Amino acid sequence: MLTLAECDRAMLDGERGPAPQLAMSIVVRMAEVFGAATLMDISQAHIDSTIYLGDATLEFAERLAAMGARVAVPTSLNVSGVDECGWKDWAVSPEWAAKAARQMLAYERMGARPTWTCAPYQTDMRPQFGQQIAWGESNAIAFANSVIGARTERYPDLLDICCAITGRVPAIGLHLTAQRAGELLLRLTGIPPPLQHDDQFFAVLGHLVGKLSGDLIPVIDGVEATPAEDQLKAFAAAAASSGRVALFHMVGVTPEAPTLDAAFQGRPPGRVIDITLAALREARAELTTADGRELDMVILGSPHFSLAEFSQLAPLVRGCRKHARVRFLVTSSRLMKERAAETGVLEPVLAFGAEITLDTCILASPMLPPEIKTLMTNSAKYAYYAPSMLNTRVTFGSLADCIRSAIEGRVVRDESLWQSA
Amino acid sequence: MAERVIRGRAVVAGAAEGEALVTGESLSFWGGYDFRTGEIIDRHHPLAGVCAAGRILAVPFSKGSSTTTAVLLEAVRAGTAPSAIVTTGTDAFFALASIVADVMYGKPFPVIALDATDFAQLRTGDRLAIDPSGAIRRLSRQP
Repeated sequence: MLTLAECDRAMLDGERGPAPQLAMSIVVRMAEVFGAATLMDISQAHIDSTIYLGDATLEFAERLAAMGARVAVPTSLNVSGVDECGWKDWAVSPEWAAKAARQMLAYERMGARPTWTCAPYQTDMRPQFGQQIAWGESNAIAFANSVIGARTERYPDLLDICCAITGRVPAIGLHLTAQRAGELLLRLTGIPPPLQHDDQFFAVLGHLVGKLSGDLIPVIDGVEATPAEDQLKAFAAAAASSGRVALFHMVGVTPEAPTLDAAFQGRPPGRVIDITLAALREARAELTTADGRELDMVILGSPHFSLAEFSQLAPLVRGCRKHARVRFLVTSSRLMKERAAETGVLEPVLAFGAEITLDTCILASPMLPPEIKTLMTNSAKYAYYAPSMLNTRVTFGSLADCIRSAIEGRVVRDESLWQSA
Repeated sequence: MAERVIRGRAVVAGAAEGEALVTGESLSFWGGYDFRTGEIIDRHHPLAGVCAAGRILAVPFSKGSSTTTAVLLEAVRAGTAPSAIVTTGTDAFFALASIVADVMYGKPFPVIALDATDFAQLRTGDRLAIDPSGAIRRLSRQP
C-alpha cells in the first residue's frame, strides 16, 4: 500500500501547478503497479524522451512544456532526433528536422541541460557512487548502475521526465541495496588472455551476457583483462541491446563486486552458466550480417564517441586518407567534439576524411541516404540495431579493422584471435 | 475444447478480445516494432516480419531500449499497437506506455502479468478475451 509524503500529495492535488500534478499522477500510478510502499528523492535525472519518433513523442513533450513544466533536479538530455546544425548534409527531411528541433526545445524549456548525448556519464553530469538518480537510455542505465555504482531503476521514456519534474521515484528495485545483488553467475572458462585483451572482447561479451541474462542481474567472473572505461561502456551498451541488463557486476572490476561473494551479497548464485570460447565466437558472428567485402560506410560512436576514443583514433588515422568510395562517420556529443578539438585529436580525424554527427545518431535520426547499404562498426549496439532499423547489412570488427577497411575501401578483418584452431 | 480461464494480475486493467501472438523471447519495441505498420522488425527475434497490431501480444518481458515506451505510445496514436500485452512479470515499460496512452489519448491497453506456467499455456492463434479483473478466457484454440 502506497503512502505518500506531504510533498507528493501536494503535487498530486495540483498545489504546485498542472505539470507537477500530471507528472506525479504518472509516478504514483507506476508506484502502485510495483506495489511500492513510498516514493523517494532522486538528485539527478537523464531524459531519454528527447528522441523524436513522431507526433506522439512531440505532443507529450510540448504538452508538458506548455504547462510550464520545470525539472526539479539537475537533468541531462539524451540524443535527439536530429543534428541541429548538421542535418542538411544528410537525408533528413526538413519536416522531420523541424519537429525534432521542436521536441528538443520543449525539453530545454523545462530547464534541462542541453547535453544531447547518450553517454551523460562522460560529461560533468556523471553521478557518484551510491547517488540516487532516475536515468533513461538503456546503455546509460547499465553504465551508471554497474560501472559507477549510482542507483537507478530501468526508467523508460516518458517516465524519466516525470521523475525529473517531481524529483520523486517509487522506492523499489535497483534503488534498494538488497535488490542489487547478483542473481546469475556467468563464468569465463578457457578464454585465452590475448582474446580478453582484444579491442572487440568486451563488446562481444556484453552481447552474449545480454542474451544469457534474461531478466536477472548477471555477475561475470573470470575477467583477467582490466577494461578501460570505454570498453565497459561498449559492454553495457551491448548487454542492454541484446538483453535487458540494467545492472551487472564484474568481479574485481565494478565497484559493488570486489569479490564474488560481495556481488551476490553473500547469497549463493541461483544459476551458473559457463561462457566458453565457442559461445563468444558465435556471439561475435551474430553481430555481422554482411557476407561480402562491400563497404559503404564505417560508423563509430554508439554510445557517443568519447574524448578517450578520439584520442585512440587520432594516431591510427594520422597521415592517412580514407578511400573515396567509403564514408567514415563518428557520432558524438558537442562537448566531446569540442574537447577533441582543444586537445588536437580532432584535426587528424577530420583530415582522414571523417565526418562528425552531433546530438543524435544514425539510429535516432533518419539521416543515412538510401545508397548506404553496408556498414562496418566496432559498436555492438550499432551492429545489433542497424540491420532491423536501417535495412542495412553490417560487419562488426575492431577499431583497427574499421580503419583499415575504410582505407582499403572494402571489409578487411584480422580474424587471427577469433578463428577456430 | 472447454473454455478455459487463466487468472492473471491486471497490471493495467482493461478489456480486450482478439487473437494471441505468443513468443518466449523478450522484445525491444525501439528497433523491434514499426509503429507505422505494427510489424515486428527485430531481425534477431523469432516473430520478425509478423504484424502484432490489434492482437494480444504475449511476450515475457521488454528488453533493450528505454524508447520502447515511446514507440508503443506512437503505435497507440497510430492505431497499430497490440490490443493488450501479456507478460510473465510486472514489466514497467509496458505498464508505463499504457498509462501514458491513457493520459494522452484516453486509450490505455490492458497489461496482464501471468506466472510462467500459465504463460506457457498460451498459443499463437488462440482467441482470447481479457477482462478488467485480469482474467484471460480462451474462447477457442487453433487446431
